[in-house]
Amino acid sequence: MSDKIKFTIDDVEIEAEAGQTIMQAADAAGVYIPRLCAKNSLTPHGSCRVCTVKVNGRSQASCTQPVAPGAKVESETEEIKAYRKSLVEMLFVEGNHYCMFCEKSGNCELQAVAYRLGIDAPKHEYLFPARDVDASHPEIFIDRNRCILCGRCVRASKELDKKNVFQFIGRGIHKQVAVNADAKLSDTDLAGVDVAASSCPVGAILRKRVGFAIPVGQRLYDAQPIGSDIEANRTDK
Amino acid sequence: MTNKITIEPVTRVEGHGKVTIHLDDNKQVTDAKLHIVEFRGFERFIQGRPFWEVPVTIQRLCGICPVSHHLAAAKAMDLIVGVDKLTPTAEKMRRLMHYGQMYQSHALHFFHLCSPDLLFGFDADVAIRNVVGVAAKYPELAVQGVMMRKYGQEVIKATAGKKIHGTGAIPGGINKNLSIAERDEFLKDIDQQMEWAKGALKIAKDYTVENIELAKEFANFESSHLSLIREDGAMDLYHGNLRAIDKDGNKIFDQVDYQGYHKYIAEEVRDWSYMKFPFIKSIGNENGWYRVGPLSRVNTADFIDTPLAEEARKEFMAVTAGKPNHLSLAYHWARMIELLHSAEKIKDLLNDADLQGEDLVVKGDRREEGVGLIEAPRGTLFHHYKVNEDDQVTMCNLIVSTTSNNEPMNRAVASVAKKYLSGVEITEGLLNHVEVAIRAYDPCLSCATHALGRMPLEVSVMDGSGNVLDRKSTK
Repeated sequence: MSDKIKFTIDDVEIEAEAGQTIMQAADAAGVYIPRLCAKNSLTPHGSCRVCTVKVNGRSQASCTQPVAPGAKVESETEEIKAYRKSLVEMLFVEGNHYCMFCEKSGNCELQAVAYRLGIDAPKHEYLFPARDVDASHPEIFIDRNRCILCGRCVRASKELDKKNVFQFIGRGIHKQVAVNADAKLSDTDLAGVDVAASSCPVGAILRKRVGFAIPVGQRLYDAQPIGSDIEANRTDK
Repeated sequence: MTNKITIEPVTRVEGHGKVTIHLDDNKQVTDAKLHIVEFRGFERFIQGRPFWEVPVTIQRLCGICPVSHHLAAAKAMDLIVGVDKLTPTAEKMRRLMHYGQMYQSHALHFFHLCSPDLLFGFDADVAIRNVVGVAAKYPELAVQGVMMRKYGQEVIKATAGKKIHGTGAIPGGINKNLSIAERDEFLKDIDQQMEWAKGALKIAKDYTVENIELAKEFANFESSHLSLIREDGAMDLYHGNLRAIDKDGNKIFDQVDYQGYHKYIAEEVRDWSYMKFPFIKSIGNENGWYRVGPLSRVNTADFIDTPLAEEARKEFMAVTAGKPNHLSLAYHWARMIELLHSAEKIKDLLNDADLQGEDLVVKGDRREEGVGLIEAPRGTLFHHYKVNEDDQVTMCNLIVSTTSNNEPMNRAVASVAKKYLSGVEITEGLLNHVEVAIRAYDPCLSCATHALGRMPLEVSVMDGSGNVLDRKSTK
């Protein structure tokens, strides 16, 4: 008898282990579902909703939703793609995202997901929020202008570094990532080698003095779109 | 009662500006000014940003010669990271980027912006006095202009990563070398490019020589000239020390380490323009203004270290018997000497194996302050930064090439307006004379201003009470 669970994503049959999330099973089968807050080594957060799929007709975050036998999952439908696009378009105007001079450009997951979703220009009016930077740490630079509140740094610090350097404060539009200190990042016990320091999908937490060391053309997403690594493992080809 | 004419926008220049011309009751021009109507503000909003971001961020103040800003900022940031000397590969890659920039910018200006004036005449029918008219009557020139610009842009892409707003120069070096494949692609076309550059130089030279009487009457005024100069006195567009000469060619200062530029150069603010007015301190704000750019560089240089351009320089200097040439219209000739020089330099660099080196970045001990200068296509470009111990920029001062040419352009405008517009019925062709004088300087009004963009140039004629009598805009 097998413990495998069978379900479909866009009519492609997927075999999953019991307890896997839809995203984990999809990744293993080489089916890419766009995401921003999800990261393999971290507990699913379900906050960005970019990985939203329809499971038997109901919208669910695929990073938190466990697989179920016989489930009919829809991912790349026009309706869901439009939802995802809207979410990412709103992220772009909620912060101050200037790809043209951001050192994360080409290596940025937000930018890469936007390109993959066919976003090539801002759709909504910019909010231009006044956000600060924290340059106090000798090795790490925080630019909150670019933060998308994915919570990867919060989870990485807590779960992997066992430190709790980052935490969310505030509600709604006022929510932001704060550091666990009276004032600045340099007052925390964050070390440059911490996973939290390199977990940011955008240019909000950066290693200092790296900047534009990687030339255009050799950056992570210059040659192929985000998700290509997952799709390379496609099993039903 | 006096009258005022406004030319707005000024066309076939980079950026937005306008000219106002004041006339008295007898229709005599009493004053004329070039106003820069853009406001930028980069010096302020770069504050607080991390220093390694600056060469990429600050170049966004211009889409015309961003490479110059990219490199000037990178040179300043080299010092911030404690690096006084780059690796040969890094320095030569940056130079190649810069000569590519110089080549494309000079070609664009000559073929697309100024050639209609030279080929058809200042007051030719406005319907043909434009780049489309050039393409119709001189198709081979139009194609050359496009292909030369393309070549320069491709050089920029290969060195900076992108044709516009690249990322190649980083504090302490460069982020890539030139592959053999890239090099071979450029080598294939360089000889053709040299031929075209020689042809462009010939057009500019012949025009100036044949129209020397016109040139002597047209926006001709004596001035000091300033540029970077190599230690041996050679023209060097990428690096050197400061040299300023007076109208007779005597040195006001020479081989000045530009880290101390502020001891020699100051800036004045005037209420009618967003552009500042730099001047040589030892002479004072009244008469200390100077010119920069191709004309000044050819005037200040003892020689040029590439044979074809040096030969051209000698011919150029012979016109004034070795003394500084002050003709505004001679800027075109000088610019084309530099175009050829840039092509020669590109060829030399392409044949230099250092470009395939792997040693790209040097590291040093952090410093608090750095000044980076470069000879941008339009003249000497100053970038000055202070960076705090948290790596954030706390101060930025830019003196952009066109800023230095602010006073000269205003003198050129006033001189041409007085000569051609006094006591006559103003026509579009006559007003274009004013624009021709401005165009000689190839001003880039966008980055020159510490100033809100509308766009191009406009001329108004005003009476003594400031009433607008006539306004011509070439929109």
